[in-house]
Amino acid sequence: MAISGTALVLFLILHMIGNLKIFFGAEAFDHYAHWLREIGAPLLPYSGFLWIQRVGLLIALGLHIWSAAVLTIRARKARPVKYAHRKPVQGSYAARTMRWGGVIVFFFVVYHILDLTTRTFNPVADTAQANAAVVQGFAPERWYVTAFYVLAVVTLGFHLRHGIWSGLQTLGVSNARRERVLKGTAFAVAFVTCAGFLAVPFAVLTGLVK
Amino acid sequence: MSLKLRIWRQADARDKGSMVTYQLQNVSPDMSFLEMLDVLNERLTLDGEDPVAFDHDCREGICGMCSLVINGVPHGPEKATTTCQLHMRHFTDGETIDIEPWRAAAFPVVKDLVVDRRAFDKIIQAGGYISAPTGSAPDAHATPVPKADADLAFEAATCIGCGACVAACPNGSGMLFTAAKITHLGLLPQGQPERDTRVIDMINAHDEAGFGGCTNTGECTSVCPKGIPLETIARLNKDYRQALRASS
Repeated sequence: MAISGTALVLFLILHMIGNLKIFFGAEAFDHYAHWLREIGAPLLPYSGFLWIQRVGLLIALGLHIWSAAVLTIRARKARPVKYAHRKPVQGSYAARTMRWGGVIVFFFVVYHILDLTTRTFNPVADTAQANAAVVQGFAPERWYVTAFYVLAVVTLGFHLRHGIWSGLQTLGVSNARRERVLKGTAFAVAFVTCAGFLAVPFAVLTGLVK
Repeated sequence: MSLKLRIWRQADARDKGSMVTYQLQNVSPDMSFLEMLDVLNERLTLDGEDPVAFDHDCREGICGMCSLVINGVPHGPEKATTTCQLHMRHFTDGETIDIEPWRAAAFPVVKDLVVDRRAFDKIIQAGGYISAPTGSAPDAHATPVPKADADLAFEAATCIGCGACVAACPNGSGMLFTAAKITHLGLLPQGQPERDTRVIDMINAHDEAGFGGCTNTGECTSVCPKGIPLETIARLNKDYRQALRASS
């Protein structure tokens, strides 16, 4: 859970930073999208690095879901009879929504790939035009896309808030002295990642990015 | 005080069980929670009914026998307090109180509110010990222990093994209990010879007993009557990682 999660978090941070390229103009963003396909050239073929990354992410995601499923099944078996009266004592909202939050984020990722990678659901079919796909994809008339995006990103923020700290605890990095610092770091990373991802549709809606 | 109690009644391990409602009058606010149940049981006995079975022993908050999930919280609403040390003054007149046993596959209900906690004994048997020569006691300062380590080890050693951590955990995990023992013994020089085998054996015993996995929600530490901190679980994880590396 912690190791596969680490890989996914690192990807998310790079993905978020890459997205912010859109604020440098359409040309810079399209150039960045093109550059992603040329990483490692001529050693790697066109899009070669992206495919290596996709396979890596798919393995990490698979392991993450598998670990989550194992933990969920164990939890169900460990408490066959439910409490009649049960209230969460301390558990943060983030900790309590890890499982369903993860499911929401998973469905979003599937949609997100069909939207902006394969362009199945996107009005711009030409994959060379990254900027146009984002601008038209988040156009005001496609408000439901933006709404789903915001929901998924906020859910992801909660997922990261508990996940990053929990991962550090699982890997044995945390201790009494570091606990507050690590929890603060988890919150900061979750917040910045969330804000970075939300900045793009917000900029499109306000006309900051055209 | 007058109270409406909704108590889990279950005749034996095979019985399905259900919540049964009792009205109780003239409860003194100075009574402990268990004394309140004693009053109920005296009345049930006089009425020819089966009294409610619940675990208790020292009633001083140190034996770890009392349990009870009170209004959804193991050991009730007071922080760092066992059920036996909880007093009725923390409840209001006319209140409805739900009383349930620990709920975990590893802690099967024996009767009513009594659960079988031998799964914890299995975890201890797997590694919660040190190898020491018996006979005459060693000199008091033959083995120096740094003060900071002694304090942390003592903090972890205050675990009374009541099982509230398991009862509170949404995953039904016994990780806080296991981690308290790992921390307690792992910080002391006497615990070093078995340090690596201990953590692996105790985790295996924990998993075999049917406890769930830890997802760091922190419910355990918030209900722990001894306030065992969540950092003990990080120590357990670190020991586990180092033990795996050492054994490979």
